[in-house]
Amino acid sequence: MSAASPVIERGTAASRIAGIGVIAIILLLALAPQFLSAGAVDRMTALFIYVILAAMWNALAGFGGLVSVGQQVFFGLGAYFAVRLANAGLNPFVSLFVSAVVVGAVSWPISLFMLRLRNGEFAIGMWVIAALTHLLVNLDRLIQGETGTSLISLNVYDASTRRLIIYWLALASMTALLAILFGLLRGSTGAAIRAIRDNEDAAASIGVRVTGTKRLLFVLAAFGIGVAGALWLATAITFQPKTYFSVQWTAYMIFMVLVGGIGTFEGAILGALLFFLIETWFGGTGVWYLIGLGATALVFSLLLPRGLWGTLEERFGWRLLSVGYRVRLPINASDTAGGTASPGQVSTSREKA
Amino acid sequence: MTNQIVQGILLGGYYALIACGLSFMFSVMRIINLAHGSLAILSAFALWLLASRFHISPFLGLAIVLPLMAVIGWALQRFLLERSARGGALLPILTTFGLAIVIDNVLFEQFGADTRSLAPFIGSLSYDSWEWPGSIYVGKLAVIIFVTAVVLLGGLQLFLTRTGLGRSIRATSEDPDTAGLVGVDARRANALAAAIAMVTVGLAGAFLGMRATFDPYAGATQLLFAFEAAVIGGAGSLWGTLVGGIVLALAQTLGAKIHPQGFLIGGHVAFLIVLFIRLSTSGIGLRGLLHLPTGKTP
Repeated sequence: MSAASPVIERGTAASRIAGIGVIAIILLLALAPQFLSAGAVDRMTALFIYVILAAMWNALAGFGGLVSVGQQVFFGLGAYFAVRLANAGLNPFVSLFVSAVVVGAVSWPISLFMLRLRNGEFAIGMWVIAALTHLLVNLDRLIQGETGTSLISLNVYDASTRRLIIYWLALASMTALLAILFGLLRGSTGAAIRAIRDNEDAAASIGVRVTGTKRLLFVLAAFGIGVAGALWLATAITFQPKTYFSVQWTAYMIFMVLVGGIGTFEGAILGALLFFLIETWFGGTGVWYLIGLGATALVFSLLLPRGLWGTLEERFGWRLLSVGYRVRLPINASDTAGGTASPGQVSTSREKA
Repeated sequence: MTNQIVQGILLGGYYALIACGLSFMFSVMRIINLAHGSLAILSAFALWLLASRFHISPFLGLAIVLPLMAVIGWALQRFLLERSARGGALLPILTTFGLAIVIDNVLFEQFGADTRSLAPFIGSLSYDSWEWPGSIYVGKLAVIIFVTAVVLLGGLQLFLTRTGLGRSIRATSEDPDTAGLVGVDARRANALAAAIAMVTVGLAGAFLGMRATFDPYAGATQLLFAFEAAVIGGAGSLWGTLVGGIVLALAQTLGAKIHPQGFLIGGHVAFLIVLFIRLSTSGIGLRGLLHLPTGKTP
């Protein structure tokens, strides 16, 4: 290594250890149902779905700069299409994923339209789309309005088999979606995505395909949230449009991402974990729990807009699942090599939320 | 049919009323306040509380609630929006969304899930009507709401163009830094604009409560109505909001005629059609669907 030239790294020692750690955790989770009670398996499934939701909303808002308050539309459609497909005779488990593909396909024409709106207009425009879709789904005879229906065909599997299959499907979906997002962010598209996140106009001026990249994120997020909605349907069996098309889902996503750290890959996962714990401990308190969630989101947006992970990352130079590049200047390289780099020496992953 | 059109136009007055605060705030501060609808519901609940507990008529109650809403607007701008707007254009969306969740659920905690109405407290006004030629019955309340909307929009327009305070708000909305150079206190102008917007929201909430029912979670629907009316009305003048409200109401009326559940669908579809037309005719680089050129003189 020449002492004169800066060193460009794709990760730190910590991030390499973290990479191995992630694989170990996923393997452990795959085996976990052996040791967990039925209730715990269900809760873990919910956690995986939360991680998907947080990661997908973060992909859209944190990386694409697209804050949507209507992402529940894809959650609801994921469940709705699964009901429809299963009703048409498709195997219920297969229909969960075909449904998500359909959701992704549906999101494409929506993106042509909505991506031309900006900031708040996009946010609330998506909400209108969600409200309209909810009303249209209610018109479907099969759904019977707000009464809803069930994924009846799932009943051919006995309860414990069903629970295990859904657990593994949720784990596999979460892993696959996170891997896709990670790969996307680390690849050449990732550079474009981060450029857009940091400054859209500047990115466009150096030839980044802004709209195309945003569209990719929009469709990916729709697909992922569609998967989450379909999986939620599989665990809950019943489909009531009101529950699935509720803006509460978007509120959860915003809470998780805002608290964890918007625009950081690890932040969304951390946020989902925290949300899961908070829900487990305080979910029973009903309305106060919701007030607490809203207030926390409010306070974080005001005082800690980078979220927990974003703040830690900035202060200590932590990188666990590194998607960016680090440039270490050669001066005093030996001093900083093993320790934490000061923000001035790390030129990547500096973001504005 | 004529009857339904007349009713639709009158309902449009209500939508204009709830929309004008949203587009006003957006024009001045470039912020879409996602707690807009929830704050209208807050006002309705405040009036309901005054009426049911202390037997204060909702019209009299406005004398208490509207100043309160102005204070809320001022505080909202000073303590929340001003701070979060510094963090970029996306943060205020999250802040106001968080606020909406807090307001909705606090109202739910206080008042429960029951739907309420202010109609029982305004006597016969809630059902009184005039007969117009052609045996069209128009509700007195609907006419009052419509006239209030027209007066309010006209008053706002006059305030913005004819008074010093109005001019300082317009200057701030055009360019806060330059306005600061010529001695306009941008912070004060923004806080004032937020206070005015919240007064219109409070009024809209009052009329919502009188002409219909509301519950703690009704804010989201009102926010969508306000947004749709403002976008349909487009960037003309404040009067565009009135046109937007009327178009929205007529589309809903038409929707309800086509299908029993078509009322809301009709409104949403009309909104999307207008949006589509505006997006395809304006070309790229569309910034600010809601932005009213407040500098335009009438």
